[in-house]
Amino acid sequence: MFTMLKQRSGKSMEIPKSFLGYKRENDRVGTRNHVIILPVDDISNACAEAVANNIKGTIALPHSYGRLQFGADLNLHFRTMIGTGKNPNVAAVIVIGIEPKWTKKIVDEIAKTGKPVEGFHIERTGDIGTIMKASKKAQEYVMWASEKQREECPLSDLWISVKCGESDTTSGLAANPTVGNLMDKLEPLGVHLCFGETSELTGAEKVCAARGATSEASKKFMKTWSDYNDFILKEATDDLSESQPTAGNIAGGLTTIEEKAFGNFQKIGNCKFIDVLGPAEEPTKGKGLYFMDTSSAAAECITLQAAAGFNIHLFPTGQGNIVGNPIEPVVKLTANPLTVKGMGEHIDCDVSKILSREMNMSEAGDELIKSMIRVANGRLTCAESLGHKEFVMTKLYRSA
Amino acid sequence: MSTDIIIHDEKDNVGVVVIDKINPKQNCSCWIMENDKTIQIQSANEIQLGHKIAMIDLNEGDTILKYGHDIGKVVKSIKQGEHVHVHNVKTKKW
Repeated sequence: MFTMLKQRSGKSMEIPKSFLGYKRENDRVGTRNHVIILPVDDISNACAEAVANNIKGTIALPHSYGRLQFGADLNLHFRTMIGTGKNPNVAAVIVIGIEPKWTKKIVDEIAKTGKPVEGFHIERTGDIGTIMKASKKAQEYVMWASEKQREECPLSDLWISVKCGESDTTSGLAANPTVGNLMDKLEPLGVHLCFGETSELTGAEKVCAARGATSEASKKFMKTWSDYNDFILKEATDDLSESQPTAGNIAGGLTTIEEKAFGNFQKIGNCKFIDVLGPAEEPTKGKGLYFMDTSSAAAECITLQAAAGFNIHLFPTGQGNIVGNPIEPVVKLTANPLTVKGMGEHIDCDVSKILSREMNMSEAGDELIKSMIRVANGRLTCAESLGHKEFVMTKLYRSA
Repeated sequence: MSTDIIIHDEKDNVGVVVIDKINPKQNCSCWIMENDKTIQIQSANEIQLGHKIAMIDLNEGDTILKYGHDIGKVVKSIKQGEHVHVHNVKTKKW
């Protein structure tokens, strides 16, 4: 009893200074060592999946788009494709598209990182010939990547993105503030941090804007939020009940979007954001916290954050969102004891003792830091072990 | 005494049930996170884990405060100790 009390009132643990990661050619560091088969467009999925099936240890990233897009929507498609290939969790890339021009555009940008990348196009060759050629290259890449070793890297090489899902009131009470506690402890160590979910800050938008590190960052946030809110109001046919909050949120006790927003906002602790990023935009202002304009749908948001170069993700959930990502490991935490009991195979870090007050926020933050570093060092996440690799492109509007 | 309800901020007029459920007429212990004070309330309804309880009587048009902030408006009057949710509170947005 005495030991427990001493521990609970004592200062928090010493934070590890390093983790074991894969050093890449451009000096970024990966927490994973994937060889990916990246289809440029929907009709190249079959070919990409066939290559990944032939060559063990590679993963295909099928998706639904990439044809007849234009303007900002096409730019976002390219940015997501290129950023996914550039992510330091990826050792090497095979790009497969229907035609050579867009395929080459993606290959050329990924090649700037110095990592191995080669493109293949299907026109004039067909699926079978392309599968053969791409499989030979994929085999070469995966065998090369398999010899890469993890090395000791400073904690500042972690780029940590966050997003919550299937939230309930326990998210705002405990799981999200646990992420906030981690941010408060790790921000001074020089990590990159990113939160998003533009629409899920509705109701807390002014409080969030006030967290801009500069007036420019605050103004940029308000404009981003207003634009998104205008779009929602324009498209809305009802009061959005059951979409925001979701039916799951409501079952968990969340009543309004404002309540959800203030819970969501707990994830950034006391940090200030230094810049506002467009979807999938790579941060360029150095270490610190960034806000990214994203949808609040889990797979879309994480796909954009991974494409911006983030190498590990923290995902607090209430009712039990089960999302994963193919290249960025998703570490899940919850404070809801019913979620731990009913679906524990999805939970990497259990902070439910906060509700019974057997654990304080600082202890929970320390537990999350430990869980995250184990995953950064190579421990599989629950989502990885269960095969969750949701890769979902954000589409801004209809194709031409 | 164990905690049945957690309140974020001293200004809040709702609290969150943090045990499996509370029963009607149960005397509940409420912990206010912001100032570490403990107060008592008697519940009027059965309320499940994660759901909210009214700490005071609330009239139609009143603002619900949680995290010390406005999270919506009362659309049907609520008595102290009653369940607060989508049947008596709506968003001020959208």
